[in-house]
Amino acid sequence: MSRTLLTGNGAAAWGARLARVDYIPAFPITPQTEIIETLAEWIDNGEMDGRLVTLESEHSMLTAAGGAAATGVRVFSATSSQGLLYAMEMLYTVAGWRAPFVLINVSRGLSAPITLEADHNDVMAARDCGFLQLHCATCQEVLDNTLIAYRLAEDERVRLPVLVNLDGFYLSFTREPVVIPDAAQAAAFTGPFNPQAMQFRASTPESQAVAVLGGGPYSYFRYELHLAAQNALPVYDEISAEFAAGFGRAYPAVEAYRADDAQLVFVMLGSFATKARAAVDRLRAAGWSIGLVQPRLLRPFPVDALRTRLAGKQGVAVIDQNLSMGKGGVLHTELAAALYGHPAAPPVLASFVGGLGGRDITSEEFFEIARVLRTAVDTGQTPPPRLLYTHDELKEIRKLQAVAHVERKELGGTP
Amino acid sequence: MYRIRFHGRGGQGMKTASRILGSAFFEAGYEVQDAPRYGAERRGAPIFAYVRADREPINERGIIQHPDLVIVADDTLVAVPAAGVLAGIAARSVLLISSAATPGEWRHRLNFSGPIVTLPPGDETGDRPDLPWIGARCAGAAARLVGVLSREVLIRAIETELGALGEAVVALNRDKALAAWDTMAPHSGLVSEGEAPRAEDYVAPDWADLPFETARVSAPTIYAAANSVEVRTGLWRTLRPVIDYERCKRCWWVCSSFCPDGAIDVSADGQPQIDYDHCKGCMVCVAQCPPHAIAAIPEHQAQAEATGLGDNPGDRP
Repeated sequence: MSRTLLTGNGAAAWGARLARVDYIPAFPITPQTEIIETLAEWIDNGEMDGRLVTLESEHSMLTAAGGAAATGVRVFSATSSQGLLYAMEMLYTVAGWRAPFVLINVSRGLSAPITLEADHNDVMAARDCGFLQLHCATCQEVLDNTLIAYRLAEDERVRLPVLVNLDGFYLSFTREPVVIPDAAQAAAFTGPFNPQAMQFRASTPESQAVAVLGGGPYSYFRYELHLAAQNALPVYDEISAEFAAGFGRAYPAVEAYRADDAQLVFVMLGSFATKARAAVDRLRAAGWSIGLVQPRLLRPFPVDALRTRLAGKQGVAVIDQNLSMGKGGVLHTELAAALYGHPAAPPVLASFVGGLGGRDITSEEFFEIARVLRTAVDTGQTPPPRLLYTHDELKEIRKLQAVAHVERKELGGTP
Repeated sequence: MYRIRFHGRGGQGMKTASRILGSAFFEAGYEVQDAPRYGAERRGAPIFAYVRADREPINERGIIQHPDLVIVADDTLVAVPAAGVLAGIAARSVLLISSAATPGEWRHRLNFSGPIVTLPPGDETGDRPDLPWIGARCAGAAARLVGVLSREVLIRAIETELGALGEAVVALNRDKALAAWDTMAPHSGLVSEGEAPRAEDYVAPDWADLPFETARVSAPTIYAAANSVEVRTGLWRTLRPVIDYERCKRCWWVCSSFCPDGAIDVSADGQPQIDYDHCKGCMVCVAQCPPHAIAAIPEHQAQAEATGLGDNPGDRP
């Protein structure tokens, strides 16, 4: 066991290495590429066993990952943003095969317009495909969640692929101290992959993807997928408790920071939640009764744990780093569904959308969200959803639009 | 918490510099966060990297808004607004500029009342646009300015970060870093840890309610093949092509045709003109010009000549 400075990408590669993966289908995309480069280097210089193959697209990469997992080998892969979307057809398909493996997604906003920086619209697009989703807030969580994810994916009560999400730049390229677990201890924790009944082999044809079905049998298979995903909640609790006992780091499905006695609560996913944590400390120092509730799992959605954590709170501000066009923040929507009708549900559930395309959320904005929430609680009026966006930023876009207007005229277009 | 920002150009080693400083803090028992920040740019484009160090676990993330120390490895960036070198500096922020100009000259130019320290370029920099070993030198100087990192810790950090490149590289960078460390002796401990932002008396964000605008206005359409002329890609240049019109044969086409950025115009009488706002300094024209009438001049030298400011001591008679 050693504590060293690692990027989120480095931590993901270490997770794959310590899980002793057999097969890594790969395709590069910023900001994920460093993960497969690191693994390629280790395999090349003999520090790691396993086979890394570059495919011609993410669609093929996911097909290879699912196919390989169905033969009973341990599979790891990684992508981001446009790559995840390009693989979308196969995300649904390999989850339907019940092929267990781990896919890292390094979150990055989606085109158009294009960006390289983090937001969660990519991973939210994969919300309903059958992959379980673990969301990381630190580089340490990236490594540890990768180990936990293999146990979860391969558990016979679950047997589904797991997506481990980390934010581009804010984790992918950021180094922080990470404890690299002892290889033998990690190996004992992940254990060998027991594929049970899976025996897809060359020259012995077997259909994992059965023929075209009518609605009755189709419903059976889809609902079994849902039940398996729901099973993953108690199984996750079991595995994360075992991890905490062995490695000393606890990862409850819903993390609560100074939230037990808090009247007001921020709810956030991913690395920006640590910013909320810093803001909670500052607000507490100024006398506020406020905390943070941070789900680690998005699928399965830890409904009961969220209800318990938020029961009796006066006000909740959900800060979504995603935007569902025509509806708003996805986490806000999901939380509202989880809390509706629950007797102790907080009366105020406010929605904020921020951090799109890596746009920073400043300490002052967290302080202001707390103030808006306090006012809402005092007046009983939930404020309308708020995009975290300032007049200065609007001025900046007006400047760009003015330039575009002039240039369009110069090019002879209609202004 | 220490909040430190390094500014340089792609290729000058700012990521490595931030990692050396980050490792030094980590060796000294601090919690650390370090990260580079760049996008789809190329060599020569302005980039920055940052380091946070604290005795407590660090929950802040992302770009540093209020730095305690700003290190500028390439002084030609100070005048580039897009580089954001001076973003968020306050009177207590320390500015370390690698430059032959004096702190007094910089104070006057920037109208900045806070502490300014300069790190004169080494003799070996000469006319090299890549500013060799500038990363190690900046990391060494920064380590001394914070005053809580020992020589031994700095040496171990360099070994950690550069060990994979072999002993010769480690030794060279160690010597450069230590020389810069020694130069900064009078300023040891000049940088202090900044306070956490206060929730008691913050300036509320000036949030805007976005109005609906039709797609004619709000769709991110690109109407021309190239980017906007307003994007000054010339700022990425570390070498500047300069035409010697005495030697130019007025062939009217070679340099202009080979320029991959369309940054060379030729007038009716065959005189080529380089658009320095958009020339990225690839030097294809220098290689193609049949009579060798285009010279490659380091950008910092060309700018110093243009502004009359001092530059490298090696360039002076």
